[in-house]
Amino acid sequence: MPNMSRTKVPIPEQEPKVRARNFGEVTLGYTQEMALEEASRCLNCKNMPCVSGCPVGVQIPVFIKKITENDFEGAYEVIHATSSLPAVCGRVCPQERQCESKCVRGIKGEPVGIGRLERFAADTHMKHTEAPPQKPVSNGHKVAVVGAGPSGLTCAGDLARLGYEVTVFEALHKAGGVLMYGIPEFRLPKDIVQKEVENLKTLGVSIMTNMVIGKVLSIDELIADGFEAVFVGSGAGLPRFMGIEGESLIGCCSANEYLTRINLMKGYKEGYDTPVLRSKAVAVVGGGNVAMDAARSALRMGADHVYIVYRRSMDEMPARREEVCHAMEEGVEFLNLNNPVKLLGDENGRVRAAVIQKMKLGEPDASGRRSPVPIEGSEYELAVDTVIMAIGTSPNPLIRTTTEGLDADKRGCLVVDETMQTTKEGVYAGGDAVTGAATVILAMGAGKAAAASIDKYIREK
Amino acid sequence: MFRIIEKKILNPNVTQMVFDAPYIARKARAGQFVIFRVDEEGERVPLTIADADPQNGTITLIFQIVGKSTMKLNALNTGDSIADLVGPLGQATEIPEGAKNICVIGGGVGCAIAYPQAKSLHKAGYSVDVISGFRSRDIVILEDEFRAVCDELILCTDDGSYGVKGFVTNALDERIQNGHKYDCVIAIGPVPMMKFVCEVTKKYQIKTIVSLNPIMVDGTGMCGGCRVTVGGKTRYACVEGPDFDGHEVDFDELMHRNGTYREREAECRMMAQADKA
Repeated sequence: MPNMSRTKVPIPEQEPKVRARNFGEVTLGYTQEMALEEASRCLNCKNMPCVSGCPVGVQIPVFIKKITENDFEGAYEVIHATSSLPAVCGRVCPQERQCESKCVRGIKGEPVGIGRLERFAADTHMKHTEAPPQKPVSNGHKVAVVGAGPSGLTCAGDLARLGYEVTVFEALHKAGGVLMYGIPEFRLPKDIVQKEVENLKTLGVSIMTNMVIGKVLSIDELIADGFEAVFVGSGAGLPRFMGIEGESLIGCCSANEYLTRINLMKGYKEGYDTPVLRSKAVAVVGGGNVAMDAARSALRMGADHVYIVYRRSMDEMPARREEVCHAMEEGVEFLNLNNPVKLLGDENGRVRAAVIQKMKLGEPDASGRRSPVPIEGSEYELAVDTVIMAIGTSPNPLIRTTTEGLDADKRGCLVVDETMQTTKEGVYAGGDAVTGAATVILAMGAGKAAAASIDKYIREK
Repeated sequence: MFRIIEKKILNPNVTQMVFDAPYIARKARAGQFVIFRVDEEGERVPLTIADADPQNGTITLIFQIVGKSTMKLNALNTGDSIADLVGPLGQATEIPEGAKNICVIGGGVGCAIAYPQAKSLHKAGYSVDVISGFRSRDIVILEDEFRAVCDELILCTDDGSYGVKGFVTNALDERIQNGHKYDCVIAIGPVPMMKFVCEVTKKYQIKTIVSLNPIMVDGTGMCGGCRVTVGGKTRYACVEGPDFDGHEVDFDELMHRNGTYREREAECRMMAQADKA
């Protein structure tokens, strides 16, 4: 008889007041007892609706069953068979919109805590398993992967398991992409990311950092060097600004810059050289996960007031629910239906305030969300010394502008067919470089699909 | 890791280092830059490439010791290595079509970047004059190197302790008034110098290319820290620059934004000096 509790077993977390001032992980993870109790809520549905909500098709009821049987390593193996980065997904996937949204238990009460159980299995594996994965026998075929983010690492891992000799070229000095520079330590510890990267290396994946493809080597040169296929997972790098007056004042920056200084460059840590803005009052513009990450980081860097300034309402907010709740608990103040129209500077050219206009919701727009309409005459000044723009990014043009025959759409996203192949033979792409800014798990799904297509392409060549 | 093959002190504040960096050396062209990181705790710092030798797989960097990162780099010696070196980044310098007579202007450590420009233009058959400017005699660098790659070198010092007394802008204005015709001016140096060179050349409507040095983190277009206003538009110096049409650049904004971390930089310098003391 399954556990009929209508709510998930609560997961231990750091106290909001305490965690808002440190970079330690917010969510502490299930103990074995908690995991067993939560796992027993799974009804083990025959047609597995939850799996249809997973972009990489993790066999969810199968791994949960293994947990109930105390076979934690077995549970990990089930997840790992389809997901290269289980410890990462358990932490950053928007489960409420994917697997958990399909869970039958969600009809009456809360769905099974699939993300929490996935994290438990992955963390248990990391804690207890010494033996690194075995390097498969090489099939002699070389594949290049551009970008060591979620899509690139997934593609590399899947191909390496099939025996391909994979080289990943990463522009930054550390592999991990957004997992390293974007998502903060308190949400995804960087040690975990580096462990996943190390696992790939033991599978035989070679990772070359400090290599900006398109600059130091072109895609055509990679092919000429003997790589039989190339996967481009270069991400959506370029930050957008609003184009309003005052954005060049000191104290206004992109979320990418703010987060990179803190996460990748460890600007929050004693002993690291990278400077970070020291702020008293911060406005973060945007309502996505990146906005939540920037706002919560600003609190941890010592700001007294941190505001989320979002032009739509809470219902349209694209951020993961858990992040919004965590941000609120920690003291981030939400100014929804608000939009900056101008930034004001002091006599030293530093931001002193944002002029904000109130908004109301109008008709649904192209995204299906009700579009914000300005309320004339509602402008007011919000006293802030820092404004962080988290309003999205566009794909990095470095690859498409240096590779002939690679088509992109109007937004600059690479065009791919259903096999993830670009308009250039043997060159595949996935992740944000194709979709524009999206989620870690969708990028992983794309990397996975591309790996299968690349394998087929090389075998049939 | 990237090994230092050779280290040379050019003046008490300026050092030249040659690095083993075969991939970068093969692709580097005049005007492009690299980002270095000395060690695990270090910042990512952009520096324009002073020279590249594709045969030997090396690149040359010349830097002024201004902050903690350049102090750390300067503390290393031949045989030591730095953690990271990435490049070549940015666009190579593009000389306007039809230009024949070019004046290359270097200010202070900017001469390190002006030199490869003069060298590549000279090699490509352009007529090249060089105006190099320094505060005083004791910090003059690359004099012989410049002489070897230009038709005429006008060396200026602010205090007149060497060469012609005065600023590079005076020397440029004087030459133009004396009938020297330039189709293009390339100015590389401190932001105020580039700004004032542009004021001179605007008078004579001479196309002027400047190499900008905004604050940067990744150097691939990801952080937006290096955004500069050129012709009223926001441009990213790391991917679209670092060269821009000098007559279009908002130099005051650039100078201002470069001061973003001034306080923190001063603290870091003080701490680094305290470590040495």
